[in-house]
Amino acid sequence: MILKTKLFGTVYSFRDVNDVMAKANEEKSGDQLAGVAAESLTEMIAAKDVLSHLTLEDLRNNPAVPYESDEVTRIIQDQVNEKIYSSIKRMSLAEFREWLLSYDTSPADIHRISRGLTSEMIAGVTKLMSNLDLIYAASKIKVTAHCNTTIGESGTLAFRLQPNHTTDDIDGIRISLFEGLSYGIGDAVIGLNPVDDSVDSVASILKMFQEIKETYDIPTQTCVLAHVKTQMEAIQQGAPADMIFQSIAGSQKGNEAFGLDASMMSDAMDLVLKEGTSAGPNVLYFETGQGSELSSEAHHGVDQVTLEARCYGFAKHFSPFLVNTVVGFIGPEYLYDNKQVIRAGLEDHFMGKLTGLPMGVDACYTNHMKADQNDIENLAVLLSSAGCNYFMGIPQGDDIMLNYQCTGYHDAASLREVLNLKPINEFAVWLEHMGILENNRLSSRAGDATIFFK
Amino acid sequence: MISDNDLKHIIEEVLHSFKATQAVANQDEISQSDDILPDLTAVDLKKELLVPDPHNREMYMQLKESTSARVGIWRSGPRPLTRSLLRFRADHAIAQDAVFSNVSDACLESMELKSIQSCCKDKDEFLTRPDLGRRFDDKNIAILKDICPANASVQIFVADGLSSTAVEANAKDALLSIKQGLKSYDINVGTPFFVKFGRVPCMDMVSEILNPTVTVLLIGERPGLATGESLSCYMAYKASTTMPEANRTVISNIHNDGTPAVEAGAHIAEVIKKMLEQKASGLELKQ
Repeated sequence: MILKTKLFGTVYSFRDVNDVMAKANEEKSGDQLAGVAAESLTEMIAAKDVLSHLTLEDLRNNPAVPYESDEVTRIIQDQVNEKIYSSIKRMSLAEFREWLLSYDTSPADIHRISRGLTSEMIAGVTKLMSNLDLIYAASKIKVTAHCNTTIGESGTLAFRLQPNHTTDDIDGIRISLFEGLSYGIGDAVIGLNPVDDSVDSVASILKMFQEIKETYDIPTQTCVLAHVKTQMEAIQQGAPADMIFQSIAGSQKGNEAFGLDASMMSDAMDLVLKEGTSAGPNVLYFETGQGSELSSEAHHGVDQVTLEARCYGFAKHFSPFLVNTVVGFIGPEYLYDNKQVIRAGLEDHFMGKLTGLPMGVDACYTNHMKADQNDIENLAVLLSSAGCNYFMGIPQGDDIMLNYQCTGYHDAASLREVLNLKPINEFAVWLEHMGILENNRLSSRAGDATIFFK
Repeated sequence: MISDNDLKHIIEEVLHSFKATQAVANQDEISQSDDILPDLTAVDLKKELLVPDPHNREMYMQLKESTSARVGIWRSGPRPLTRSLLRFRADHAIAQDAVFSNVSDACLESMELKSIQSCCKDKDEFLTRPDLGRRFDDKNIAILKDICPANASVQIFVADGLSSTAVEANAKDALLSIKQGLKSYDINVGTPFFVKFGRVPCMDMVSEILNPTVTVLLIGERPGLATGESLSCYMAYKASTTMPEANRTVISNIHNDGTPAVEAGAHIAEVIKKMLEQKASGLELKQ
């Protein structure tokens, strides 16, 4: 393992694999805040050069956080298929990048190899890729999952209907929900971020969602994104839930800050399979985002791209139906501007897909970031081209409860039409039946929430 | 090759369009008026329904009352109407301006506040390095000691935080009202000052330098869409850089549509009095 190189005659040396991995990242304010970023662009390229010569085995043998002290590392390492790993372990990262991009490598080849990878290898190759590399390679990887419907089929683009409200007001949630449906949103999931994390409140919203789903015969799935424990309790008390949501991190300590561990997630999965309302087998929903480990001081000196990849390694263990990075939510101390958030969105989507996850993206930004709606529209087009499974759909992209902005109701039909993509099949049929969609375009009725009222 | 005829035709077209432009320019001059377009942002979105022929208008209006979500805004093709697009952009613009602008000297003079600066050298560093926004270098510590006598019962100060607009709009009234309230309780107040590029935890270092019994910070909140004016007040009893977060008491949402500054100031003075009586703050304070 060589950790030194020369560029333009100057020698650059790196302390260890974590140091190479951190410094090889494209510029991120979060890596600078953590004090792990390259000090110059030339040092960044030197780190990429060193990284490109490391082998997959080098990264397997140097997990970002030690195996003994971290549950996430243990899950990632233990789920590696050793036979597949043995067949690729001598590949350098440079060769691995080219292998992924090669015409000789089929989507099926990538799926198979994915089972022999650790999150560090996935993060490593990501650091060597350009933005278009990330789009091109991700577009080769189709990952589907099934809850009540199947997400991730080729030629589809789904949306989560996110009818959030500042006080969980039932009428306020309903109007946003019906209007979302009338724009063709809601095939990924109808999912609310509740203000009130109490069991009673979560249960009553789950019941409302279930009633709406049954009344209008909507082929989709529903979820209330409270803490996993709250959702489990609601289900145990009889609330109807198709899946369970949880935010996760790329280190054990980060997960502890979110109040969870792997056994709790296994229990959650078992509970939905046994007492939930969906067909399954994929019944969990995870959200992630670069920088969350640093914000809870659980980053172990590791860069945010590697930690993000480790979230996906952890998620894979539970065969989720939905996984999305909330890419611009955490603020400018982690992703400073439009350039950084667009890069991170492409990285996260690619890493999730290469891990084997049915990956979506919450393409978003906060008001203290140097980004705006135009940037998020750009990112949505890029990710749709890359084969992203789903985005969020919010009234004009303005989340009044979480106080951030992301993709809006209007973006769904626009992206689908421009890029020739369709909603999830059963949902598209339902939209046609309801007269909302005609020949994959919005009908004259679309955009009117009250078409659902007698 | 272009024939003479074609050339003549092209020249005629150019001359024609030139005249047309001139005509438009003249017309502009004539039609320019002193009228002002109505304020796009003054429209109450809850009361505006842009769906041209809704299935149930009455129900739409009724449900729209229950949420500030941008529903019922209609579309052209799949895209939002120009009116909605510009309203969204305006609401985001005022939020971003609140973050990326600085508190004016005139505003600080009107409050008679002298100014120190955190370890951040500019706005960019302030936004990306929260660790620097909570600290001061030796030069600024010396200035602070010079401006403020130590050991006051209550040390109040103002920081820009994530909204300079909030400071401009609400800090003066809040500050006056707190001081008036404390005066009525006969509580002694140190000289207030202003911190540029300050984060909430900068109050801990201020506390260690000036050693007041209670430290009070008025700071701009991270703006939401269309709301750049919200101010927060953080307070702590015998604050230090090693105290737990739970020792902070916070009153947020200080602005005209939340708790108005004067009202908030009176309430803050009351809370400070309780802190001094109970010798506690944050979770330990009984309110």
